[in-house]
Amino acid sequence: MWYVLKQIGRIGIRSEDPPEVDNTLRVEAEHIQSAILQIIGQALMIRQVDAGSCNGCELEIQALNNPCYNIEGLGIKFVASPRHADMLLVTGPVSRHMETALRRTYEAIPEPKLVVAIGDCGCNGGIFGESYASCGGVSNVLPVDVAVPGCPPEPIEILRGILTAVQRRPPDQSKRNRLMDGQFSPRYN
Amino acid sequence: MKLCGVEGQFERLPAPLPMWRASVDLKQWVGAAMAVKETGGRLLSVWGTDQRSRDGHFVISAAYAVQEGLVWLALPLGESETGFPDLSTVFPAASRMQRAMADLLGVHATGVSDTRPWLRHNAWPANYFPLHEGATGDEHFPEYPAEEYAFTQVEGDGVHEIPVGPVHAGIIEPGHFRFSVVGEKVLRLEERLGYTHKGVEKRFEQTPPLLGHRLAGRISGDSTVAYAWAYCMALESVVGVKTTESIQWVRALLLERERIANHLGDLGALGNDAGFAFGLSQFSLLKETWLRQNKKLFGHRFMMDCIVPGGADVSFSKASHDELLRQCDEVERDVHLLHSIYEEHGGLQDRFIGAGRVPPSLAAELGVCGLAGRASAQSYDLRADQPWLPYDQLDVQMVTHRNGDVAARAITRFEEIYESLRLIRKICEHLPQIMHQTKHEFAHLHGYGIGWVEGWRGDVLIALELYNGEIRRCHCHDPSWHNWPALEHAIIGNIVPDFPLINKSFNLSYSGHDL
Repeated sequence: MWYVLKQIGRIGIRSEDPPEVDNTLRVEAEHIQSAILQIIGQALMIRQVDAGSCNGCELEIQALNNPCYNIEGLGIKFVASPRHADMLLVTGPVSRHMETALRRTYEAIPEPKLVVAIGDCGCNGGIFGESYASCGGVSNVLPVDVAVPGCPPEPIEILRGILTAVQRRPPDQSKRNRLMDGQFSPRYN
Repeated sequence: MKLCGVEGQFERLPAPLPMWRASVDLKQWVGAAMAVKETGGRLLSVWGTDQRSRDGHFVISAAYAVQEGLVWLALPLGESETGFPDLSTVFPAASRMQRAMADLLGVHATGVSDTRPWLRHNAWPANYFPLHEGATGDEHFPEYPAEEYAFTQVEGDGVHEIPVGPVHAGIIEPGHFRFSVVGEKVLRLEERLGYTHKGVEKRFEQTPPLLGHRLAGRISGDSTVAYAWAYCMALESVVGVKTTESIQWVRALLLERERIANHLGDLGALGNDAGFAFGLSQFSLLKETWLRQNKKLFGHRFMMDCIVPGGADVSFSKASHDELLRQCDEVERDVHLLHSIYEEHGGLQDRFIGAGRVPPSLAAELGVCGLAGRASAQSYDLRADQPWLPYDQLDVQMVTHRNGDVAARAITRFEEIYESLRLIRKICEHLPQIMHQTKHEFAHLHGYGIGWVEGWRGDVLIALELYNGEIRRCHCHDPSWHNWPALEHAIIGNIVPDFPLINKSFNLSYSGHDL
């Protein structure tokens, strides 16, 4: 136990600042009213679905949980049940074998809901394109709010896409400073 | 020349590893399988090619790993024949590959009992075969109804089924698991894969040969370096291009860095799945630092598209050597510390030891390969067995364990990290000060080639057939094909809540398998 605590102390806090939002990533700007976003944007629950990716995007989404990005510190959490989710995060291309499962997951998420497509394949089918086995990009199957290009997009870009979808403002610097002073405070108000 | 018990016209492929190819007849096909089994060889992969327009028949291929190297046997079928002798009676691993071949090519192993489709669910009808020459691959069958898949039923008092997937509770790939359980104890697990099938092999036929490495690098994102290298090795051996020694050193550097990145991630996830979140945060931080170094030195966090036909698309300086070495020291120190914390953590070891056991005899029977195989005393590591340049100068120390449980697969990862760090230090002594991008002439794009590389999960294989400047067939084989069936056995007798841990300890690729 001593070694565990010592290592935690030695490594310290490695969390980094979250990225600014980028409205050019928005696909359907008016899909969800901004008034609703002010409610669901604060504590965000995400259901991730791999609809046929090469698993490169999954590695980068998993990385969001590491101490550098610390997305749980931003109030964002990946959940197992779509019924608990506000957002569907989809990597693709959507294989035809995953099309039904993806649709059902989408339908199981309560309204209002957001869809973010991750990676070049999620955006438009990428290198795999459309074929007998692939539906191509996520927007061929579901309405997409934000699409994040990249092969795979880096964690910071995925986070930017997520924050853009909920139109979250950048953190208030004075609050961050209080956090650094050791006072407990969420990283967002 | 005699290989695999077959006296035949073996053509030595101009590859860095010893590989031969020969055409065989039916009798030799069956005899070779028996001979390979008897001499302790392994079946790597089985696949087929439609050559009806040129030669009037299908050709079935099998690749075996034997002591001498790799042997690629090609069996031309008779005119309008679509059956070939079953290999699964000798090598059980062939069963799913043969079912996949029936789905994609319409050629069946004769006399097999399991004729259920494997990669085909409901995207295309049973009379459409994407790998036929006539298929464009762009066909679409929207109205095709889903077929019921006949899972094996377990009957008895109190037995019930738990269906899981294809969407899993986590950030992982899709697949379906059907558990038959009594209380918490698992009696049987049956896997149903194919959900991420996206037509990769057909896609290759529409890809120019000199761009194939990009597609190969996206067969399984976590093994992008291994696949890209295997593809380039195959292409270079078709054309007869010999890469410079410094290119090979750089490629090995990338491959070892990929191995370490994945092992770091898995060790963290294993800790987490056993309820030790500290392990996940520590290892994921190490992995993140490792990936950022990749980005800085090679321009991509996973080093995608860094290995290109005839070369390696990276630049180097003296400063990068120093950074590489410094990072090795830092990571080694932390991993050693975390290793001793893992070893001394009673709760963690209690979950690890004895869970998901694959005994050596079973592993041998199933042909379990790669990391999972080595944790069950299957001592195969291409880097040590058939050391090609630069591994022939590195004396790779293979890591093996006998227990075959989650603990053994965790220790194997720790020890492989240490070995790969040692290799990286050695490689750094040989890295070029400046990378020279040599232009190779890829003129004669016609013929056969194989790429065979020990990725972090096991040996990946790419068999390439070029025909007049185009890819006629590119068969890609992931080590997960051999190891998925082992997971079905590993879980038997364990409790359901241990499945995520056991599954993670294998960490097999869905995408690499489904193609």
